[in-house]
Amino acid sequence: MNTRVLEIRKGILNKNDEIARGLRGRLHQAGVLTLNLVSSPGAGKTAWLQLTLRTLRERGLRTAALVGDLATDNDANRLAESGVPVKQINTDGRCHLEAQMVSDHLADWDLGGLDYLFVENVGNLVCPSSYDLGEDVRVVLLSVTEGEDKPLKYPNIFNSADIAIITKMDIAEACEFDLETAIANIQAVRPGMQILTTSAKSGAGMNDWLSCLAHEKQARTLITAAREIQ
Amino acid sequence: MHELSIAYSLVEVAGQSAQEAGATKVLSVTLRLGALSGVVRGALEFGYEVATADTLLAGSTLMVKELPVRVYCVECAQVVELLSVQRFRCPVCDTPSGDIRQGRELELESIEIDIPDKSEAR
Repeated sequence: MNTRVLEIRKGILNKNDEIARGLRGRLHQAGVLTLNLVSSPGAGKTAWLQLTLRTLRERGLRTAALVGDLATDNDANRLAESGVPVKQINTDGRCHLEAQMVSDHLADWDLGGLDYLFVENVGNLVCPSSYDLGEDVRVVLLSVTEGEDKPLKYPNIFNSADIAIITKMDIAEACEFDLETAIANIQAVRPGMQILTTSAKSGAGMNDWLSCLAHEKQARTLITAAREIQ
Repeated sequence: MHELSIAYSLVEVAGQSAQEAGATKVLSVTLRLGALSGVVRGALEFGYEVATADTLLAGSTLMVKELPVRVYCVECAQVVELLSVQRFRCPVCDTPSGDIRQGRELELESIEIDIPDKSEAR
């Protein structure tokens, strides 16, 4: 019997990453901008997404949403009120979405007919950070009720995100939320991150968010076009 | 808590490599774990025992190499190690940096395996 050490140097989540890469390729080819929304439970992802979907639809843009939850289809029902295609992903107790689940749920959708795809991850600030879902943009949402130090407590997820949205700004004062400190804390764990403030209730900040979204879409289209020329 | 699913993925990747190499047993597994990997070492070690049961990896030792976060500092023109994941600033000159060069690893580095001699196999 020989005992030897075999060098492997392989990512543990290689399989997920490969599926995510394939998915990203398909979505780019179809011209879809995909966003992965992460936050703690109760940060207001669904209300915020509802308003986002509705407004985009009113502006003539084609959107769809996948929503991940451990159980129930309550969120999908809420989002479907926006009048866009919505599918619920039940993770059966799993605390995060994986690329395969996203891929499976997209199987019978015509991606070519979409401008934006939103994937609402399971409310959890730990596990979703490890899993690439094939998204272009990872958005982390932080509500004013959670306190300013959340980014310091969960640096991984904030660090893995591209854009931070501070939600429920309409009740910021009642919560004695210190916006400046929250921004400083986000910047401490992710220097240079774009940070926006919104309220799904009053609609404040939504215009800035939608401009940001349009900008991301434009950038993605240019990158895809440039790759095709090459 | 996603460490158990991570442990199962680890066992899958390591088991496949071991099988391809013709191993009859895996003695140890060395993992590179970055401080930003989002994986808790203790929880993973616990999950490892469960995930390895009845596989080539049963009874093997999990060795974890913890890697701190290293970023590139433009001011210092070098890669520096962060003092804390709550502070993405150069420990030398205090310039903010998000240019991560190490710390996201969740990687199987190597496995120690038993392979039968060719003469034994005959």
